[in-house]
Amino acid sequence: MSLEFKNIVKRVDSETHIYATDLKIEDGGFNILLGTTLSGKTTLLHLMAGLDKPTSGELWFNGKNVTGVPAQKRNVSMVHQQFINYPNFTVFENIASPLRISRMPSPEINSRVQKVSELLKLTPLLQRNPSELSGGQQQRTALARALVKDADLVLLDEPLANLDFKLREELRDELPRIFGDRHCTVVYATSEPSEALLLGGHTATLHEGRVTQFGETSKIYRHPKDLQSAKVFSDPPINSAKIEKQGGTFTLNEAISWPVLEKHNTMRDGTYTVGIRPHHISTLAGSENMTSIKGKVVTTEFSGSESTVHFGVGDQTWVSQSRGIHPIEIGATTDFYLDISRCLYFDTNNELVSL
Amino acid sequence: MSKISLRGLRHSYLDNPANDADWALKSMDLDWRDGGAYALLGPSGCGKTTLLNIISGLVVPSEGQVLFGDQDVTKMPTDQRNIAQVFQFPVVYDTMTVYDNLAFPLRNRGFAEDDIDVRVRETAQTLDLEKTLFNRASGLTADSKQKISLGRGLIRPDVNAILFDEPLTVIDPHLKWVLRSKLKEIHRQVGSTMIYVTHDQTEALTFADKVVVIHDGTVVQIGTPIELFEKPKHTFVGHFIGSPGMNLLPCELNNGVPLFAGQVVETENGIHSPQECQNLEIGVRPEFVSLSESGIPVKVVNVSDTGPHRIVDTRHGDVRIKLLITEDESIPADNVHITFDPAHTQIYADGWLVSEASK
Amino acid sequence: MSRKTTNQKAWLFVLPVVVLVAFNALIPLMTVVNYSVQETFGNNVFFFEGVKWFEEVLHSERFHASLLRQLTFTSIILIIEIPLGVAIALTMPRKGPWVSVCLVLMALPLLIPWNVVGAMWNIFALPDIGLLGKTLNSMGFDYDYTQQPLSAWFTVILMDVWHWTSLVVLLAYAGVSSIPEAYYQAAKIDGASSWAIIRYIELPKMKRVLTIAILLRFMDSFMIYTEPFVLTGGGPGNTTTFLSIDLVKIALGQFDLGPAAAMSLIYFMIILLLCWLFYTLMMKDEEK
Repeated sequence: MSLEFKNIVKRVDSETHIYATDLKIEDGGFNILLGTTLSGKTTLLHLMAGLDKPTSGELWFNGKNVTGVPAQKRNVSMVHQQFINYPNFTVFENIASPLRISRMPSPEINSRVQKVSELLKLTPLLQRNPSELSGGQQQRTALARALVKDADLVLLDEPLANLDFKLREELRDELPRIFGDRHCTVVYATSEPSEALLLGGHTATLHEGRVTQFGETSKIYRHPKDLQSAKVFSDPPINSAKIEKQGGTFTLNEAISWPVLEKHNTMRDGTYTVGIRPHHISTLAGSENMTSIKGKVVTTEFSGSESTVHFGVGDQTWVSQSRGIHPIEIGATTDFYLDISRCLYFDTNNELVSL
Repeated sequence: MSKISLRGLRHSYLDNPANDADWALKSMDLDWRDGGAYALLGPSGCGKTTLLNIISGLVVPSEGQVLFGDQDVTKMPTDQRNIAQVFQFPVVYDTMTVYDNLAFPLRNRGFAEDDIDVRVRETAQTLDLEKTLFNRASGLTADSKQKISLGRGLIRPDVNAILFDEPLTVIDPHLKWVLRSKLKEIHRQVGSTMIYVTHDQTEALTFADKVVVIHDGTVVQIGTPIELFEKPKHTFVGHFIGSPGMNLLPCELNNGVPLFAGQVVETENGIHSPQECQNLEIGVRPEFVSLSESGIPVKVVNVSDTGPHRIVDTRHGDVRIKLLITEDESIPADNVHITFDPAHTQIYADGWLVSEASK
Repeated sequence: MSRKTTNQKAWLFVLPVVVLVAFNALIPLMTVVNYSVQETFGNNVFFFEGVKWFEEVLHSERFHASLLRQLTFTSIILIIEIPLGVAIALTMPRKGPWVSVCLVLMALPLLIPWNVVGAMWNIFALPDIGLLGKTLNSMGFDYDYTQQPLSAWFTVILMDVWHWTSLVVLLAYAGVSSIPEAYYQAAKIDGASSWAIIRYIELPKMKRVLTIAILLRFMDSFMIYTEPFVLTGGGPGNTTTFLSIDLVKIALGQFDLGPAAAMSLIYFMIILLLCWLFYTLMMKDEEK
């Protein structure tokens, strides 16, 4: 199964919501759309579902052009951020509703609903009304309804965003198992980089209506194509600054510089932007590739397992994240250790310098 | 400014609460130090918002007292309490400019316009709202609106405490970091008591000096983020704080020595009196489990990436044990064993940490 | 976010309505346009007269007088009903068992047919036997709506307020009850007075429904016919002869089809113009 965007553009009046997009989504695993609010995630989902028609370009599904086909004829299902269930139906009837619409015989409906509610741990709740359920159970019901009709394409629009942190963790843990042995294409929109990483599969990073990169999730996290993709796929935000390469040294400012590693030798001298993720800057000295830089501590946050320190570098604030608890006085100037082997360098067009 | 104390507080939304389940808050005695940064952490429906609304005066408790310093304010209306509150969804006065929004609480209290102007500009600067000061508030982004809501609290010179009710819910992840560290910075500058309600442990632990964990209308534990992380008093805290939460393993006792999978597990606390030996569990956080050559044999079920590290999901029989490894660490193909860090392994009886006193 | 989709098939669904509107409105309207430019002496003999009737109507003092009466009436109605409706809506309970009681009581006047309302008030206000008329007179007011213009106006306005304020109340109530609780809580904390809460929270949030309420009340009161016709028949004299009553008098009483048709069209244009004006004025801020 595959879903393919061919040069799709979506404009509403004079505003462009989606710029020319080519994207080929393959079967298997999660396909994640990662981006902030208004980056175009929901528009893309609506185009896939057939709730919206592209201004130009074509949408192909399983080798067929489905551009103008409305949602009702596409065998898609969708789960939204808000918990959407029929309020006066029981959980059972809610799950069964898409099957009733397609006039499936009752015995088969029963067996299908039983099966899917077992998968989503809803069996004891089948006779309740949605108003008697917790948020997590309501969203499970919505998920069950999306799964029960065996859609070819399942679209999930930030399904966990309205749930409590722990419920989110629990359901996210189960999602890969729930979709594991189904033959459908799953597209999952989220604004949280950590969620994308945990779900794995493939990820498309979105920024202001453009897909900036698409590929295997952990690959594009570690090898972002350009600075924008790196920024979208980073939580806490990736630290970046302009630097100058001159011979064997990278210079950020008068105070901060570090040697060019062997693998970066092929880079030409000139101006670059360095990007370094917070967990590659530590408050503790470590391996050989660490270079120390001085920074003034702005704020500290301790989450028990991690220490997050916001510190000033030049006129910017950078973030460092290290494992364990390392109290540091606010306002003090201290050493931070940068793992320079993990630095990402972007050229003047903000594209990653490939090595 | 003064200390806020809750004495014997109970609250029910029903007129005649009959049983335990009818109480949204069950008996609470708490002191909030003046100038502290607190978080109220718990799942939805645990009573944390009720508690917040009692402090701000939006809800009058069924029983008990709220004291500001020595003054009983239990029945005092909100606007006389010198409390500011920021809500889950940003509240701005749509027809006003950002400036007028910020000035609103002062104008209501009859401040002089000159005074107001100085304070508005100061507050706008603290919150980086200077550029949009004369724009209509209704057209702004969610995070700016939330800053305005916060600004209306900060601007008042008399505020005892600023209360936050899940203020970052509608904010994009990358802005959450910015806003949260801004909040901490402001707390340091302004020095007023801040109470932050959330279900998100990361937010609670990173914001607060002291976290109050609430479960089912009761306070389960109060402590610094480090205490909650390293020494949860109850398995609920262990599970709720930390992502993933604490591993809980069934445990047997052999001559007072805890056993799991037939192996002796060294723990930080110990069992002495036999009456404690009810439903024993060993609690160990994924951060303190490591791969090793020998130890407890497990099967790796799944590995998921979080960026900085990976979560390894393993099973010993039916027991699920998760551990964290760095992004470089490799997992042996088979014959995987794990060990626990004894300094961070605790033993729980009936869900509660076996106290050190009995050691 | 509102994102439009284009779907040509949708026109099929609109078609029945278009056909219905054509029969209901467009065809009669065209007939009126036809009449408005012709003169007839009966026997279906028509002569083309151009814009003669329009000029005549626009220059007729009778038209000016009824237009002025109409505008005065509508203005008074809006000035009374809108604030009164908002005020009632704000004092109504937001939750509890009284909500439905209030809503039903509010909806009652709206369920009564126009001519029944007229007839009710006709009897209710009679100076000798009507409850209202008798009471007023026994309190020392010289009140007789069949004889005195002032009494007649008082009664017509009171009747309309009684009949239609409920509509404003229901719309305003819908607007108020959609305001999230957090707004009120925030306002309490900000130390806002009750007036400030109305001014900065409730009125802004009610703006859309109020726009609809004003438009509806404007159009209805501007076209009012049945109630004053049943109550006063346009009298005493011509003092409560509003535009529509006057129009019917000319068209059916005098059978002057041409001037009546021209007057209808001018009437129609005035309504359109004023509605557009109201709408743009009230929606102006919304665009920003």
